[in-house]
Amino acid sequence: MQQLLAAILTMIAGVLACAAYFWGTNFILDRIFPSKGLSGKAASRNLRITNAIRPWLFLAPALFALTIYLLYPVVESVWLSLHDRGGQNFVGARNYGWMMNDGEFRQSIFNNFLWLLVVPALSTFFGLVIAALTDRIWWGNIAKTLIFMPMAISFVGAAVIWKFIYDYRAEGTEQIGLLNAIVVALGGAPQAWITLPFWNNFFLMVILIWIQTGFAMVILSAALRGIPEETIEAAVIDGANGWQIFFKIMVPQIWGTIAVVWTTITILVLKVFDIVLAMTNGQWQSQVLANLMFDWMFRGGGDFGRGASIAVVIMILVVPIMIWNIRNAAKEMRSH
Amino acid sequence: MTPATRSPLMWAVHLSVLLIVALWTMPTAGLLISSLRDKDQLAVSGWWTALATSSRNDVARAPSADSQVERDGKFVISGNVLDGQAGQISAFGFSSREPAAFKAGETAELTGGEKLTVQADGTFEIVSDTRMEGSRGQRIFFTAAAPPRFTLDNYKEVLTAEGIGASFINSLTVAVPSTVIPILIAAFAAYALAWMPFPGRAILIAVVVGLLVVPLQMSLIPLLKLYNGVGAFFGVPAKTYMGIWLAHTGFGLPLAIYLLRNYMAGLPREIMESARVDGASDFDIFVKIILPLSFPALASFAIFQFLWTWNDLLVAIVFLGTGQDQLVLTGRLVNLLGSRGGNWEILTASAFITIVVPLIVFFALQRYLVRGLLAGSVKGG
Repeated sequence: MQQLLAAILTMIAGVLACAAYFWGTNFILDRIFPSKGLSGKAASRNLRITNAIRPWLFLAPALFALTIYLLYPVVESVWLSLHDRGGQNFVGARNYGWMMNDGEFRQSIFNNFLWLLVVPALSTFFGLVIAALTDRIWWGNIAKTLIFMPMAISFVGAAVIWKFIYDYRAEGTEQIGLLNAIVVALGGAPQAWITLPFWNNFFLMVILIWIQTGFAMVILSAALRGIPEETIEAAVIDGANGWQIFFKIMVPQIWGTIAVVWTTITILVLKVFDIVLAMTNGQWQSQVLANLMFDWMFRGGGDFGRGASIAVVIMILVVPIMIWNIRNAAKEMRSH
Repeated sequence: MTPATRSPLMWAVHLSVLLIVALWTMPTAGLLISSLRDKDQLAVSGWWTALATSSRNDVARAPSADSQVERDGKFVISGNVLDGQAGQISAFGFSSREPAAFKAGETAELTGGEKLTVQADGTFEIVSDTRMEGSRGQRIFFTAAAPPRFTLDNYKEVLTAEGIGASFINSLTVAVPSTVIPILIAAFAAYALAWMPFPGRAILIAVVVGLLVVPLQMSLIPLLKLYNGVGAFFGVPAKTYMGIWLAHTGFGLPLAIYLLRNYMAGLPREIMESARVDGASDFDIFVKIILPLSFPALASFAIFQFLWTWNDLLVAIVFLGTGQDQLVLTGRLVNLLGSRGGNWEILTASAFITIVVPLIVFFALQRYLVRGLLAGSVKGG
């Protein structure tokens, strides 16, 4: 309780300090270069100067934090990936060479590509279908809320929820895991699902699909509603049926949004860590890059060289999407 | 409504949505129901049977011969196999080979000639014509039907004995300042990027958009080194709450700036221009006009950041310690998965405590969450 109080006090102090900084620097700037009560020329000169400086005063704390916590680490990680475990001795590309021949790394790359193929595709597909269906019924909003709900649940919490569903009891005893209970009821033999190599990847993916479908649904539903009525009416008049309207008229008009949803989930998949850590910790051939990176960060006292090189691989996989995002943002800014 | 509403196709839509909703809520429902069940019942039957009466096979031992009483020339040992628990006996037996050989109310003849009767309510009598001997009591096997039992004991246990209560406080300690501190910093930066012309603005916006997707993994090792260095230099621990607040602030800033800038850029230019004509400075305009108008966007970001910092595991296990006063809920839950893997009454109750705060935030403020998602993803709308 005491620590919570300390946290809240620190928070208030932090916010006040921020406010004091912004107010104080502005005050000082206006004092040094006053524009009120001066003759026309001096006033406009001072106004020009303050207008040039002020944006940087506004930006300074944010730029400082971004530099320390994101920009500098990116450079430093690349640099560290060229060094040995302690980060002292330059080893060139040796970490990357090690990686290519490491069975666990190859396994992780393979699994990550599986995740990349399956999770964004299925989440987006389910999201689109559910958005289209719920938009037609009166209790659609309630349905959407319930499907969207897993979004608020932590990956670890979701892992516990699903581990319970995959729970395995020896054959013959009563199954308390839902999946095995269904399998047994249908006459099958119970399985320890998350220990089945290869297939366990899919059982872990289900968790992320369960979480992300709601995200896809919310965004695609908004996009579907933004489609001009006339295009659909025209198709109805021309005698198009429901399927044709959906796939030939509506979906093509929201390709841009589908791409945004797809890439957002793709980024998330590349960073997926908690689910694998909590479910299998990479055992039974279910390792992924983010968990492998975390593992090397602390394994045997920590190998910063190898950990950083795995992080760089994740970064490289993200870069195409990053460039695409930046180009899109630039395009939008120009059109404004 | 169009005639299509009443067509069979509409029924198919209703049914399939119902099915999907059931599929999506069942996992969480199962967790909640399980966490409220009695732990003995939870261990032997699925949560979907929670309301049904469960039957269990058990064995009790009758008191030894010392406790026999003489009644009407016969020797009697009596007691109750259920020993205070609720239940209904359906069958009993006296050997492990045939544990359910007799129905409740029937009388069984034991190997020594004694007669054993067990009633449905669990009371039993062993009657013998001669004085019984032996220091060990007779074993009685029985099948009892137990009514469903719901309890908050699981929650009581995890909150105290398993340290979930302490971790709950730790999670709050991490999440609240990490949510509030970035807001003001981001709001000023967003205003500068939205409404103040200066050279390099477009590049800065591009940088922010780029940083949105930088994987956290890139930051971990350099920051760990940096924190260790700073800690050693000042002689303070490297793993502190201050460290994680600042880390969450740094990691949350790109989204905050991006969301707020988009929102502020969409505000009507006329408001600002008329204020400027009245002699207001940028600082006044920001504090008195833009900040209040941006409330929806600020709320959206705050919700995102709170959910993200509360649910985060990676940043917490790298930048915080694992002691009782620093381990957050997600970290504790991962530990419990390892140490109490089979104790579902512990895991389900702990998991529910972990997810209940985000769920409350979600249901209460869903509107802002959706708005933020839309602003962050489908730009232009």
